[in-house]
Amino acid sequence: MDLSFGPEYEAFRQDVRKFIETNRESAPRGEAMKSDRVRSWQKLLIEKGYTARTIPQEYGGHGGEPDIIKARIIGEEFARSQTPGGLGGQGISMLVPTLLELGTEEQKKRFIPPTLAGEMIWCQGYSEPNAGSDLASLTTSAILDGDEWVVNGSKIWTSTAHLADWIFCLVRTDPEAPKHQGISFLLFQMDTPGIEIRPLVDMTMARNFNEVFFSDVRVPKDQIVGKRGEGWFVANAILGHERDSLGDPNTTLTRLNRLIELARQETMDGQRLIDNPVFRDRMMKIQARVMSLRFNDQRVLSSRINNTDSRLARMISKLQGTELRHDLEGLAIDIMGEIGLMYGRSDYLTDNGSWQQQYMYFLGLIIGGGTSQIQKNIISERGLGMPKEPKFEQKAEA
Amino acid sequence: MEFGLSEQQTALQDNVNRFLQEKAPLERVRRYSEEQQERADDIWDGLVELGLPALLIPERHGGIELGALDAAAVCECLGRHVTPSPFLSTAVLAPTAILLAGSEEQQNQYLPEIAAGNTTFGAALSEATGARRDAGVVATNSKLNGKALFVIDIYSDNYLVADTNNRLYVIPSDAHGLTINTLPQIDRTRPIGEIIFNNTPADALVADDQGSALRSVIDIGRIMIAADTLGASQEMLDQSVQYAMERRQFNRVIASFQAVKHMCAEMAAEIEPSRALLWYAAHTIDEDSKESHLNACHAKAHLSEVGSFVGKTATIVHGGMGFTDLLGLHYWFKRIGYNRQILGGPESVREEAARAQGLC
Repeated sequence: MDLSFGPEYEAFRQDVRKFIETNRESAPRGEAMKSDRVRSWQKLLIEKGYTARTIPQEYGGHGGEPDIIKARIIGEEFARSQTPGGLGGQGISMLVPTLLELGTEEQKKRFIPPTLAGEMIWCQGYSEPNAGSDLASLTTSAILDGDEWVVNGSKIWTSTAHLADWIFCLVRTDPEAPKHQGISFLLFQMDTPGIEIRPLVDMTMARNFNEVFFSDVRVPKDQIVGKRGEGWFVANAILGHERDSLGDPNTTLTRLNRLIELARQETMDGQRLIDNPVFRDRMMKIQARVMSLRFNDQRVLSSRINNTDSRLARMISKLQGTELRHDLEGLAIDIMGEIGLMYGRSDYLTDNGSWQQQYMYFLGLIIGGGTSQIQKNIISERGLGMPKEPKFEQKAEA
Repeated sequence: MEFGLSEQQTALQDNVNRFLQEKAPLERVRRYSEEQQERADDIWDGLVELGLPALLIPERHGGIELGALDAAAVCECLGRHVTPSPFLSTAVLAPTAILLAGSEEQQNQYLPEIAAGNTTFGAALSEATGARRDAGVVATNSKLNGKALFVIDIYSDNYLVADTNNRLYVIPSDAHGLTINTLPQIDRTRPIGEIIFNNTPADALVADDQGSALRSVIDIGRIMIAADTLGASQEMLDQSVQYAMERRQFNRVIASFQAVKHMCAEMAAEIEPSRALLWYAAHTIDEDSKESHLNACHAKAHLSEVGSFVGKTATIVHGGMGFTDLLGLHYWFKRIGYNRQILGGPESVREEAARAQGLC
């Protein structure tokens, strides 16, 4: 066991800290996407190599060597100081890595720089009303007509579709092919004629999701990533990126510490909830789970650095991370009792209702990005070597 | 950075696992349990030959001076093979107590003998983690009176004993005024018993702050027990997957049913993170860190819960066969059950974890 990163990295950590202290005044404070403040902060972070670190300069990145430890330190320091880090979103976290791997030179030059700069916002068009966990059965079609694809169909759960400039979208281009081989990966603008966006209110009452409908949407033929019929494989490269980013154990630790504070503050019949052994026991159970996942995460980091195997430890993190957060947020509501029912403007509302909101939000994350049941399939099949369920092959409906 | 077992620690595990696979397979463990043998000397001799009792003992006392993480790595192997052996008391609890609380003379007297495998220890510590019924040992002028219940590794040459004032003693098993009764228990791989003391002369360990020594002994013991549960849980999962891949129903191996796969995935999802927690907890003992007590509590309590879940789930995956003695899966189930209660059940250990943070 050696938990230190070494003196060279500790010096790097000090650099990051100093940068944050000196510059945090110019960090965004909840401004809209594409605002000057957001874009200039992003530009500064790229210059310093605190975001888009390993993306080549010719595509608008910092052009640094890959270094897992530095990336980790940057993440930790921005989180610790509660300073906004580099921009995220589906364009930066999912599309950019895919284009780097599978895009043409022209696509990389055209799409990556404005995306990194925060000037081009993307949404993801994968799920459909009848293609959720069985994503490969999607039916939104794209038929080649001259130099253009003509797209018809609909997408659902499309976060930020109402704010996005572009969409990366899975469409069926060959209805006769086996279902995984008839899909292509298209990029097109959200203001193309024939696109209709309808907000989908979720259980937290937020309007982040949308349904998106396509009627004869015409897309230039070359706005395809990979070859025709390769869309499934292009998309799978990205899904890996998404799974890694859910249920971050350091945020969970912050929430746990806040939960303990809450139990110190809230009372029932004048007794602090932290003095109630039943609640204390529940908190301790959760604390052990938080610690386990944090150390699991360190183990995964260490195995990446040292090139050792930790497949199973990695595979369980989305399943366990999201379930744990849901349980943790739910415990806070139980600590508050009826106060935990408050939602909206109330004098009794605690922590801006974040417990109630996150309790529900994480139920969404248990489902989204590969449901817990799909995670268990992955763990048992790829992690434990158990066979797939026998398939009843059906051709996707055109 | 290296979070996990080192190459040497993995090699140590390989050696122990190889020996246990060859010389102490389930048939050997069964014979020990069914014939109610007092000791499995062949197994212990083999573990001595691997140098295991010397693990934590400093070189100056003839040991190899490794740490808690190394010992935990060994305990994981012992749990995996449901091994009957006095490793916990002899190689971990007694040396830790004698090192922390014994005089130089006491260290010279006991530690080289332990390291060489010439003597074994049991441990009477249950009362220090929650006395049951009328148990409790009282010391007057280095004479012990009273009763110690659930003494770990009861068939041993010596005992480490804690009295009601949290002071520690060493007594030989043939000391005057000792009545030793074994207590038949559910896990027949680990003999426990009661000791009744009647003006028994004892060698008191001399350090001033014995409360803190006792706490350290319990902390490291809890980590070892958690490691044993980790090994037993991993073995139960492995056997479940293997069984499910062979057992056919409805013209398919049952491993192809999601209902069965998800049970196995859930076991893996519980086991993997608890492994990291255990490693970290053992590491903080080796670093003599302030958080080691808290981490030991959490490792013990959390692995108790994970173990119970795995013990139940793995048995169910095996269907009716899991319930039989024929298959022997119950040896692991019972091993985990023992580990859950000994040196503090999860509820009381979690309460200690809360206390360690000033939450109560």
